[in-house]
Amino acid sequence: MSIEEKVIEIIVEQLDVTREECVPEASFIEDLGADSLDLVELIMAMEENFGIEISDEELQKIRTIKDAINYIKGKKGLAS
Amino acid sequence: MGTVNPVGNSVDETWAALCAGKSGIGPITKFDPVHHATKIAGELKNFNPLAFVDKKELRRNDEFIVYALACADMAMKDSGLAIDEGNAERVGTIIGTGIGGVKTIEREHTVLEQSGPRRVSPFTIPAVLPNLAAGQVSIRYGAKGPISCPVTACAAGTSAIGMAFRLIKDGYADAMFAGGVEAAVTPFGVAGFNVMRALSTRNDEPERASRPFDRDRDGFVMGEGGGIVILEELTLARRRGARIYAEICGFGCTADAYHMAAPPPGHEGAARSMEVALKSCGMEPSAIGYINAHGTATPLNDVYETQAIKRVFGEHSRKLAVSSTKSMTGHMLGGAGGLEAIVAVKAICEGVVPPTINLDNPDEGCDLDYVPHRAKEMKIEAALSNTFGFGGVNAVLAFRKFKD
Repeated sequence: MSIEEKVIEIIVEQLDVTREECVPEASFIEDLGADSLDLVELIMAMEENFGIEISDEELQKIRTIKDAINYIKGKKGLAS
Repeated sequence: MGTVNPVGNSVDETWAALCAGKSGIGPITKFDPVHHATKIAGELKNFNPLAFVDKKELRRNDEFIVYALACADMAMKDSGLAIDEGNAERVGTIIGTGIGGVKTIEREHTVLEQSGPRRVSPFTIPAVLPNLAAGQVSIRYGAKGPISCPVTACAAGTSAIGMAFRLIKDGYADAMFAGGVEAAVTPFGVAGFNVMRALSTRNDEPERASRPFDRDRDGFVMGEGGGIVILEELTLARRRGARIYAEICGFGCTADAYHMAAPPPGHEGAARSMEVALKSCGMEPSAIGYINAHGTATPLNDVYETQAIKRVFGEHSRKLAVSSTKSMTGHMLGGAGGLEAIVAVKAICEGVVPPTINLDNPDEGCDLDYVPHRAKEMKIEAALSNTFGFGGVNAVLAFRKFKD
């Protein structure tokens, strides 16, 4: 499974949204109805799945699905 | 009125089951009690949480909160009350619980031990806090009036309804969500009561295990669920043509100041609580026809509660019907008072007293009419609901027939 697919799978599960809603530009808070605690939980799931750590400062910069995918790829050394 | 409990997932289903003397006790399925002395409990059956909350809410809330949302949903629909900008600040929420989110504590503590503090769910604290049942109900319905959560052990549901009643009576609110919920059938919950020797270990006969007032009782059986009612100020309820089940007229609350878990001989605190409930509405003891007893089936409670009833009612105690529906539901701890208030009200409305099942041989000192085995038809003008909890708390509600 690609990083994109895995990220979207996690989002669908954690935020109880549909796959169709998960377009790259979708904002977690504005478009996908997440609150700050949802975001923390979502990031925890990503950390666990991808074996990475995301600091609170870095977390501030992740607003959309695309941000998350690019961030994880960067961490894994895979430029988008 | 709304309830989920071991014998039903609605008021109608519950009332039919209780009047038929149906036990809701069975083997524990929520976890494997392989090392627990007690392997039975009253669990909810066929309860579909997704009828009341979405998947996300289900994941982020503890079960006791989901039960509260389910009970509140039924109560709200039943009441026909509408909450809007005009009345939101006059509608409040008091929902009690004995323990709160114990299942979430257990799960997240395991995460903490195994994976470290960074892996603990951000929803842990709002799922665990006892007042979040009231909090989530108020959020869902936009009820902006008084809010609270009595954590008075097995009396919590009764404390909640009593406090809500007083808020309306004293003019602080026009309508209140009020009741209690519990979801403590967990490894920790059962172990904790087990080592106190409080629970029945009649594992091979679950339906016969909860035996209030019986010679062969050996402790209570844990139940789960709860009950929530909507209380409303009379003139407003009349104005909107609400269906009024009964009048809540009295609340008594006293402390034993004696022992953390055991009642004192004669249980004078319980007697005083009944007396306060009666005096607070100027009702004579002889007006009461039915008492939904605390009736836990612990060795001490049943004898001492009987003594307390005799002290308050004297000769009239011979004419009373006194039953323990915990014989069927088990003891739902903080949820008990919520459901049992509904049972007392239904008994008044329907003119039927649900039975105390499993009462084959009344114990020495247990010599009232406990309505053994079979429900009994009788005209009831007024009823009490007794609940007593650890910490020496005694809470009693008085209801009477509503006369328009």
